[in-house]
Amino acid sequence: MKLTGLEVRPPMTRTADSVRTSFVVEPKPVPERTPSVISIDRLSVLYGTHVAVKEVSMEIAERRVTAIIGPSGCGKSTLLRSINRMNDFIAGIGFQGAIRFRGRDIRDPGYDPIDLRRSVGMVFQKPNPFPKSIYRNVAWGAAINGYRGDLTQLVEDALKKAALWEEVKDKLSQSALALSGGQQQRLCIARAIALQPEVLLMDEPCSALDPIATARIEDLIDKLKAQYTVVLVTHNMQQAGRVSDYTAFMYMGELIEMDATGRIFTNPQVRKTQDYITGRFG
Amino acid sequence: MSASDALFEPRKQRRALVARLFHAACVLITGGAVVVLGVLLYRVWHDGSELLSLEFLDRFPSQITPEKAGVKSALWGTVWLIGLTAAVAIPTGVGAAVYLQEYAPRNAFTRLIQLNIANLAGVPSIVYGLLGLAVFVRWLRFDRSVLSGSLTMSLLILPVVIIASREAIAAVPNSIREAAFALGATRWQTVRHHVLPAAAPGILTGVILSMARAMGETAPLIMIGALTYIRFVPGGTHEAAPGLAGWVGWFGEAIRDPFVVLPIQIFNWAEQAQPIFHKLAAAGIVVLLTVMLILNGAAVVLRAFWQRKQP
Amino acid sequence: MRQPLRKAREGLIYGVLLGCALVSVVTMLGIITVLVSESVPFFREVSVWSYLTGTRWSALLEPRTFGVLPLLAGTVQVACGALALAVPVGLGAAIYLSEYASPRLRTLTKPILEILAGVPTVVYGYFALTFITPDILQRIFPAAEVFNAASAAIVVGIMIVPTIASLCDDALRAVPRSLREGAYALAANRLEVTARVVLPGAFSGVVAAVLLALARALGETMAVTLAAGMTPKLTLNPLTSVQTLTSYIVQVSLGDTPHGTIEYQSIFAVALTLFLITLTINVIAQRMIRRFREEYD
Repeated sequence: MKLTGLEVRPPMTRTADSVRTSFVVEPKPVPERTPSVISIDRLSVLYGTHVAVKEVSMEIAERRVTAIIGPSGCGKSTLLRSINRMNDFIAGIGFQGAIRFRGRDIRDPGYDPIDLRRSVGMVFQKPNPFPKSIYRNVAWGAAINGYRGDLTQLVEDALKKAALWEEVKDKLSQSALALSGGQQQRLCIARAIALQPEVLLMDEPCSALDPIATARIEDLIDKLKAQYTVVLVTHNMQQAGRVSDYTAFMYMGELIEMDATGRIFTNPQVRKTQDYITGRFG
Repeated sequence: MSASDALFEPRKQRRALVARLFHAACVLITGGAVVVLGVLLYRVWHDGSELLSLEFLDRFPSQITPEKAGVKSALWGTVWLIGLTAAVAIPTGVGAAVYLQEYAPRNAFTRLIQLNIANLAGVPSIVYGLLGLAVFVRWLRFDRSVLSGSLTMSLLILPVVIIASREAIAAVPNSIREAAFALGATRWQTVRHHVLPAAAPGILTGVILSMARAMGETAPLIMIGALTYIRFVPGGTHEAAPGLAGWVGWFGEAIRDPFVVLPIQIFNWAEQAQPIFHKLAAAGIVVLLTVMLILNGAAVVLRAFWQRKQP
Repeated sequence: MRQPLRKAREGLIYGVLLGCALVSVVTMLGIITVLVSESVPFFREVSVWSYLTGTRWSALLEPRTFGVLPLLAGTVQVACGALALAVPVGLGAAIYLSEYASPRLRTLTKPILEILAGVPTVVYGYFALTFITPDILQRIFPAAEVFNAASAAIVVGIMIVPTIASLCDDALRAVPRSLREGAYALAANRLEVTARVVLPGAFSGVVAAVLLALARALGETMAVTLAAGMTPKLTLNPLTSVQTLTSYIVQVSLGDTPHGTIEYQSIFAVALTLFLITLTINVIAQRMIRRFREEYD
């Protein structure tokens, strides 16, 4: 992987305890390289005069899970929400640099955000099902975008891929709000999948869930990467270690280090990364 | 583009067009509301400016020489009515809000009071007029006086005062109450020294807005019989004896005087067929709206001042 | 030693505050008592059935008949006309303010709506009589009478727009942002988010707003009296004069009607009718509001 953001840092010396990362059970093998889907090029995001993301460059590999970690307020959510232009709604926000999806600048005036969001789906921190039936939740996005195929089949497929079908197949017409938190989050994943996206952005999808529901979502993410590119923002390092192929560490709006997850957790190149993953701050 | 595109026919142009039309409709509608307000103000000013003068404020209404009519009795009637209404409705309304927000146990009776207040707020104002007519004018024999009018008006705006005050009190953070209790304060000391001062700007705004409403209300006062050509102001026909007792006596007489208020005077003029009366009505409306604007402005200024005083 | 004193003071204050709260209960009881007790003698003269089903109202002229339907029809005609105007406008303005307007435009437009809400109703009556009827209605429909139901409906509509706009705006803004984001992330445009997610989410709040506005329109008095006139008649023609429940009450009280006569009692019967209708609507609206709050709390 190309490591940008590193150039501006002073050279770091490795210390002896850098290998002591107790919670990663076994060092992950470095994943096989795949082409880049999203390419972020010196992106800065400003809220008024506050710089939330500072000259971040990174490549997101196809059909891999990329985790973005870092302490709260480090700009990781802002970065993620910039990828499908969910930040457009914030007044006074400014961008520099570029994000390219399949080689095309997503901020290009001719690029309709609706097209972008059809290909780049998103799952939010708190499950946010619509106050409609389970079926309508999954079918909604596909329906308004003029899905040509069989909607019922699409809903079933999406729910199956989200590992929710068995639990809800007999109550598709019931309100989605009656589901448990973990089920609601999987429903939101199904809802995103139904649009047949290429990329799924997940903004701390487990932070509102209990450990069992979290484990199920993590399993699901692991399965999803066979078909989708996943970008996962999390403040939970164990989670990043468990499910991601690549991990990017952000701090104060800057990308400090990005590498294959196995390497980041066993052999970080930057002192700051090492301090963070060994729990010295965060 | 992506492989999934074959599966969708997003018809984005049509969707975007519908969305743009809808947006335009919303802008048009909201702009329309502003235009209506503009037309209203312009019409009133256009019709009334001819008769507006300082003397207009200092002349009594007249059937015989309408061109020399004025709003003196109505203006002073409004001042008396609002003053008395404020004196009755504000303490009662704030008291009720304090009770409901700070003292009331959470039981069925409290819920009943709350539901009742919400329903009272929706009772048509003319019904309050009938209540005032039956209770204050006839039963308590206050006759068609400022006193009857302001008691009726107090009951009418009480729900508004209570609801606004409750919102202001509810916005006071609980930590303030806990801090005061922890220092050994009684409930009333907590309310008196901490909660009410903190809620005061919000209460004040709500109270002034409700006073503005009382100022514009017409129907209930017509019911209690405030509609007459009155050529004196309350208390204007009596002499106050010297001393406090004399003043109190005069005040007691004054509040039993018949009266008229600005909106009723306006109604009375607007009802006449001749154009001169319509001009008088327009001029009266300008006076009424000006007084209301001053009151609303005072609310904004007082609130800003109060908020600055508090850290 | 000081403790009993302090206790007494606290108790006294509690009593006074409770008393303030009870004023509202006494008011409600007072309204019901007055309306019912003055209506009872009326309904001894006029049967409830003939009152509710009679199609002719002639309270002041012989032969007297007290059939409330003409008044009710006038009231409903004006109120429904007002709603037909105010619901699309109020809801449109609310949608614009909550979903489209920039925060700056919002802070500019909201006070204007509030000023519109604060304009006294008698001013709207004047507006109807001197502008809407002669300069608009009579130009388009020369047959329109000086007093007509249409002008009343228009001004009452204008009057309740701020009520609807403000309450709907509150309801729309109570729909959590996360739902909007979820919809945008599914490649919806702003209209689709608004019409298919936000509006259904705020539905019970919007219905409550419309009901409260309806109750206001039904009980509106001065503008209607000035604009619609005082001719009780059963008609669908909005260009002729009608009489509403409220303007009948005003008409009687403008004259010098002696206490104890049937005309005097009739205004209490009419007011009782109006009170029961608006109370029912308000109770339903309160229930909708409570349900709406529960949805998102």
